[in-house]
Amino acid sequence: MTDMTATMTAVPATASGKKVRYKSPTVRGRLPVLILFLPPALLLFTVFVILPMGEAAWYSLYRWNGYGTPQQFVGLRNFEVLFNNAAFSQALINNGIIILVSVLLQIPLALWLAMMLAHRIAGVVAFRLIFFLPYVLADVAAGLIWRFVYDGDYGLVAAVAGFFGVATPYVLADRGLAIYAVLAVIIWKYFGFHMMLFIAGLQAVDRSVLEAAEIDGATGWQKFRYVTLPLLGSTVRLSIFFAVIGSLQLFDLVMPLTGGGPSNSTQTMVTFLYTYGVTRMQVGLGSAVGVVLFVICVTLAFGYKRIFMRHD
Amino acid sequence: MTDTTSSVRMITGTRLYLYVSLSLVAMLVLLPLVTTALGGFKSLGDLRVNPFGLPSEWLWSNYLDILFGDRYWRQMLNSLFIATVTVVLTVIVSAMAAFTFAHVKFFGANQLLNYFLIGLMFPAATAILPLFIRIRDLGLLDTYWGVILPQVAFGLGMSILLFRNYFRNLPEELFQAAFVDGCGYIRFFWHISMPLSRPIVSTVGIITFVHSWNSYILPLIMLNTEEKYPWPLGIMVYRGEFGTDWQLVLAFITLTILPTVIVFFLAQKHIIAGLTAGAVKS
Repeated sequence: MTDMTATMTAVPATASGKKVRYKSPTVRGRLPVLILFLPPALLLFTVFVILPMGEAAWYSLYRWNGYGTPQQFVGLRNFEVLFNNAAFSQALINNGIIILVSVLLQIPLALWLAMMLAHRIAGVVAFRLIFFLPYVLADVAAGLIWRFVYDGDYGLVAAVAGFFGVATPYVLADRGLAIYAVLAVIIWKYFGFHMMLFIAGLQAVDRSVLEAAEIDGATGWQKFRYVTLPLLGSTVRLSIFFAVIGSLQLFDLVMPLTGGGPSNSTQTMVTFLYTYGVTRMQVGLGSAVGVVLFVICVTLAFGYKRIFMRHD
Repeated sequence: MTDTTSSVRMITGTRLYLYVSLSLVAMLVLLPLVTTALGGFKSLGDLRVNPFGLPSEWLWSNYLDILFGDRYWRQMLNSLFIATVTVVLTVIVSAMAAFTFAHVKFFGANQLLNYFLIGLMFPAATAILPLFIRIRDLGLLDTYWGVILPQVAFGLGMSILLFRNYFRNLPEELFQAAFVDGCGYIRFFWHISMPLSRPIVSTVGIITFVHSWNSYILPLIMLNTEEKYPWPLGIMVYRGEFGTDWQLVLAFITLTILPTVIVFFLAQKHIIAGLTAGAVKS
């Protein structure tokens, strides 16, 4: 290390007298580095990510229990079954609701909190920590904790209902209520992440612009609406992007809470895939769910980046 | 004169509004966690009539029984082992690949990088069934490697991107000087790039560790022997066994999330920066 820094200021020159160009092919060991450094990543990624994805597309055209090789070709029958399945339709609707709530409730909440935490008041750091804490916890643990909160016999909801003298609602066993219960947990678990994104975004907002607006007599709301929000544009778009992609993969949180029940009312695409594809070893059907999820993810990711994040 | 007084009054008003709102939200965030931890000290009957308050009698036995059994420690060690190996492999494999993308010109480099970035677009769940069949056919079912290798593979896209961007921003003079001195790529990687990359190693390490420590679906599908279960699986089995003995389940949950909470408070700066900045930078 020391002898290298000593020559750092020397004029770089090759035998031919030309200046050495950065990334010059004359650097020793170009071939060895390619042969040694690339294959591990390439192999792992291909074998465990790309091939399985391709196989999902292939298997989705078969009826197969996973043993031997897939032989019973059924064409698009699995997709037909899927889209005629009430539980899967419910899963699609639920994923849609989760995206909507994440974007329309969770993100504004996160932004509101971030704005408050931008003030220089005592205790800001503590609040930040508390709000971020649920995001660090495992989804499974969060799901179980909330299962206790909602428990009709021992939980907090039961105690609150008892306090008001109302009949205890068995929230998670109620077809109509369960999905709202799940949504509340999703907000509780993830708003802190979005809040942190906004706090980082707000730190980059130029204070002098806000002061100028203040001098021009802008009210608090006007300052927010016409100065802060437009300047936060790229953060908002990024935050929505993460909320959408995250919502589509929801699984760990739902399993301990409801397992997709009661009677499939809280099913998501991935819980459906697990319940109907994995536990019953219906490889064809499960792979078809995977393909649908893949298409939705890629279309949304590409479309969203194309349309909204072009300039970010 | 009137101007200043009104603005002072507004500031105290705002201040009150801020503290009230923030405290309310903080209470809603903490309430489930605090009642869970307290619930672990209660008897079932106590929990039933008094889920919110302090235990009428502090039952340490719920916690101590778990701490003196080997089940809890086994699950923690399983998780620790899986997460540590996943982190080490992810860092080495992705840093090496990212190094070639950042510094070595070769035919098809851009296309190859884009190939890895496909992995950022879809979750592991989409290919979980073919992945299960592949792991089974490789004879890795019910082994730690059946969990670790897919975890590493699915983390590569983001890690490679983070490392590559970081390597590219290291001062160019370093390379010129080193290469003139006859230092090859591989020596350069180990002796200059990696030692200078501590911040990004910690970002990638934190993201990967948290992800692996908390992960549920992969071990759920790949492992069948309870002795090998990491804690998110173990906690579900525990809850299945003790069903409505909520006081025990609550004590178990509390102990399993305790390491996360402690580490989070000790290293909050790094963890928050790692988890959010990591997401933004890629």
